[in-house]
Amino acid sequence: MKVTVDQDKCVSSGQCVLNAAEIFDQRDDDGVVVLLNENPPPPQAENARKAAAACPALAIDIEE
Amino acid sequence: MSDTLTGTATEVPDYPMDRDARCPFAPPPQVLEMGEAKPLSRVRIWDGSTPWLITGHAVARELFADSRVSVDDRQDGFPHWNEHMLSTVHKRPRSVFTSDAEEHTRFRRMLSKPFTFKRVEGLRPAIQEVTDECIDAILAGPQPADIVSKLALPVPTRVISEMLGVPYEDHEFFQRHANVGLARYATAEDGQKGAMGLAQYLIDLVKKKMENPSEDAVSDLAERVNAGEISVKEAAQLGTGLLIAGHETTANMIGIGVLALLENPEQAVLLRDSDDPKFIANAVEELMRYLSIIQNGQRRVAIEDIEIAGETIRAGEGIVLDLAPANWDATAYPDPDKLDLTRDAGQQLGFGYGRHQCVGQQLARAELQIVFHTLLRRIPTLRLAVPLDEVPFKHDRLAYGVYELPVTW
Repeated sequence: MKVTVDQDKCVSSGQCVLNAAEIFDQRDDDGVVVLLNENPPPPQAENARKAAAACPALAIDIEE
Repeated sequence: MSDTLTGTATEVPDYPMDRDARCPFAPPPQVLEMGEAKPLSRVRIWDGSTPWLITGHAVARELFADSRVSVDDRQDGFPHWNEHMLSTVHKRPRSVFTSDAEEHTRFRRMLSKPFTFKRVEGLRPAIQEVTDECIDAILAGPQPADIVSKLALPVPTRVISEMLGVPYEDHEFFQRHANVGLARYATAEDGQKGAMGLAQYLIDLVKKKMENPSEDAVSDLAERVNAGEISVKEAAQLGTGLLIAGHETTANMIGIGVLALLENPEQAVLLRDSDDPKFIANAVEELMRYLSIIQNGQRRVAIEDIEIAGETIRAGEGIVLDLAPANWDATAYPDPDKLDLTRDAGQQLGFGYGRHQCVGQQLARAELQIVFHTLLRRIPTLRLAVPLDEVPFKHDRLAYGVYELPVTW
């Protein structure tokens, strides 16, 4: 699985960290998404998908 | 279907619709019927215009995330909430609520710092402490006690006051003024009084923080004013939004949420007896779905033609995204009229969706998770002190809820 994020689209909702804190973080000063791991291991794949589905700005893209 | 002028004029139902008094938690029956027939249809609003009402979960999600759908309330065709919002449209500075695209992103990022997931996680001990103090006071006080004034309002008000750097002593003032502005059918004159009082209060506060900043969100905004990024008026407008949204909505959700749990005791037991943070978190999502307290529809206007679900929304036509029927769409949530804390409510739309989804959602989640769970644990014999049909519901507010909730134990 390969994860990419679009920081320009991000609206700092925090939905990615809520669903997959092991893969995503937020910048401290404005909450914009920071990708911690672009190749999450299989046990984290489901959380990554949930985060992408929950992102209100459609800023997370996942290639299976 | 005939599309003659007279034909459509008589068929288009008025919006918003009334709830059925016997089902106080349910969206209005007429809106649910419309949702069962089609995910979007025309309604007539207060000014006689006929925007599209979105009632389907999937269509709502799609339109919330569509960049051809604008929140710019100065565009022709925008379906205003009421006369007050229309009459002030050119007086209100552009804000996070009324700007699109890059301009919105700029405002939004100025507001987001205190609301990141990790920041809010760090606030949990403080929220727990405020909650416990309120419950201590309820237990030490007379019965029946009013959950709204003793718990639902003070917890989020104290938390947001501290985050914003607004003195808590002023809470009566800002609650009163916020209330006027949130009346569902506000006249131009009513709304003006509330908005002006609060705007001036925030302008004064921003100016104070420009000279004497501290660690809070209004100081952050004041710093942006000092740096020339925004005007004092814009900063005050953003601060007002946070202050109102930060206590009124969560307070309503706590009040009516406690009532929903008391009316569904088997669900309340599941929540009370759980120690699993994931279960507690999902329980709050389900309460958000079931209660969908934002009852007046999120207002938008199409800036290009949009083909969706077999209909064409033309550029310049109004769009009203109604969260309650979308959250009660049986194709997304089977048996939507059942409060079921065990169902996966992860995609509920109570905070909206798309770029304008609630800025304070992580804070609201933490507050709701802590308050409901703590209350059920600490007062397990809690019960309603009056018959359900005597509970006063907020049919006349933008956010649904209860005016008071007398309980005993």
